[in-house]
Amino acid sequence: MDSLQLLFDAPILNVQLLLDGLLVGAIFALAAYGMALVWGVMNIINIAQGEYVMLGGFVAVLLADAGIHPLFGVPLAIVLLYALGWALYRTIVFRVVDRDLFISILATFGISILLQQLANQVFGADVRTAEGGMGTLFLFDGMVTVGWVKVLACAVALLTGVALWLFLKYSRLGQAIRATAQNARAARILGIDTDRVYAATYALNAAICGAAGALVAMIWIIHPYLGLAFTLRAFVIVIVAGLGNLLGVVVSGLGLGAAESFAGFVFGVEFQAAFTFSLLVVILVLRSRVLARSRRYLK
Amino acid sequence: MKRVDLSLFVVIALLGLVAPLLLPSYTAQLAMLWVMVIFALTWDLLGGQMGYNSFGNVVFLGIGMYACAVIQRDSGLDYYSALALGLLVGALLATALSALLGSGVLGMRGHYFAICTLGLGVAAGEIASGWDYIGAGSGMVTPVHPGAVGARNLFFYYLFFAIAAVTFFVLRHLYSGRFGLAINAIRDDEDKAEAMGLHTTRYKTVAWCIAAFFLGLTGAGLGNLIGFIDPRDVAFSGATFGVWMVLMAILGGKGTLWGPVLGAVVFHVTQELFWSYLLGWQRVALGALIVLIVVFFPQGILGWVRERWPERFGQRVEPEAVDGEEGAA
Repeated sequence: MDSLQLLFDAPILNVQLLLDGLLVGAIFALAAYGMALVWGVMNIINIAQGEYVMLGGFVAVLLADAGIHPLFGVPLAIVLLYALGWALYRTIVFRVVDRDLFISILATFGISILLQQLANQVFGADVRTAEGGMGTLFLFDGMVTVGWVKVLACAVALLTGVALWLFLKYSRLGQAIRATAQNARAARILGIDTDRVYAATYALNAAICGAAGALVAMIWIIHPYLGLAFTLRAFVIVIVAGLGNLLGVVVSGLGLGAAESFAGFVFGVEFQAAFTFSLLVVILVLRSRVLARSRRYLK
Repeated sequence: MKRVDLSLFVVIALLGLVAPLLLPSYTAQLAMLWVMVIFALTWDLLGGQMGYNSFGNVVFLGIGMYACAVIQRDSGLDYYSALALGLLVGALLATALSALLGSGVLGMRGHYFAICTLGLGVAAGEIASGWDYIGAGSGMVTPVHPGAVGARNLFFYYLFFAIAAVTFFVLRHLYSGRFGLAINAIRDDEDKAEAMGLHTTRYKTVAWCIAAFFLGLTGAGLGNLIGFIDPRDVAFSGATFGVWMVLMAILGGKGTLWGPVLGAVVFHVTQELFWSYLLGWQRVALGALIVLIVVFFPQGILGWVRERWPERFGQRVEPEAVDGEEGAA
């Protein structure tokens, strides 16, 4: 393939692709961390993850349309999506927490379709973006260009991740969340209101995704149907990293971003999404094959 | 065959045969009804009877669609021969893919299988929308049926009616024999089934191939009925056909033979009503319907009926024991 040859002929291209991928990957890692949180605490695989990202993105887009800088969309998206997550938990999700995993997947899939179609009706199916309006950073004598917006988005994503980690480690609610994740029954015996913890976790997850979405709107595009792509990306990252492993999530997220960036260049932009989804299937099949050798299976 | 069953079949056969003549303006929707029945039945084979909830059966539908369309475009045969060949190739290609993927993807359990198949369905859609040979993003258009528009709808109505009937009777035969017992055993406890010597992988792959065969067949016909094949919204549409397959089987009662049929009928009628009266908001309403059914009504219609009147289904209900009073005294 000529694109592949180009990578060898012009090594600086690798740096460009790698940098682009890593910066976007930080945002993927953020969304994946939220999914790992919900999965670890409540044992729910939230298929609506991507839809929260999409909605957060639309918050930023609407702000940009109103003339406000979309960076303010990040805290606003956090607040709005937290409220939405809380509301969805209290109406729908709490009923499926204790049931088998398939019902919860189907329920969150239903929520995802509901939100997706609502967004389609309200915002229209057009592709939107939120202009950050910052300049470009030139590295290596101008051969590598990085939009300042991307660097800022990566920084904000990492900051949010650190803030979340600190929250979980040192605040009372954070400790309650971690306790419930370790052993829900023991937490309840010790006086922790697990239902409130579940609600807070789900809402927190929605808020994180909202923040990620606002960042995505600044550096990429937003449209009502990109939800599923983000959900599956988050799932791949969580699968590769394992549930309790924060560092693993960050590294996998960055890795996925870089892999997608390279794949988009080598296979063509139209196959970039196909690469990500095929990667999901391949990783799952390989994982299960490796486990099958010792007669176990993915749990 | 029991008297009740036989009379039910005769009634449905008669209704099926005369329906498009009684309601000529709804022929296309009636044809879609049989397509929905096939969707629900094939999903239930995997999900309800075997316990492998697949979100990606739509892959086989899309493969059938594209295979038939490519044959119709490139073979140079007349309409009916090309269609017949396309139906055959579509079904076989889908079956081949399911056999190929079978041992890998079916090695996963529960939710991993569900999400893997979801990824498979979406990946297929993305790959199809980048592949120029099959029209890339703009999809393909199937050739026009020779004859009046009414004749086209009628032809496809009977085609799908026939496929649905064959699917139903094949599944009925399978469920009542050793195959049905085997896949139910896989659903109930796969490890024990395997420990007892059941070749679980073989049964799982065969079940998936059966589902893939009928879905490929249906896809080939559906592509011709709809007229155009869009890679993301028609052929590999997870958010419409893909999730409807699951929903119809659950609505009717998964794990039963008639459940998916019932669910398909109820769902299709509801969906057509939504479309007539809600137009733009019909998808939103469907999303809400999915959530409502899954959260509040997961046992489905037949499941609810079975709980309410268990005697009708051959379960003996013992009268409540009154030993408590004697023990206390």
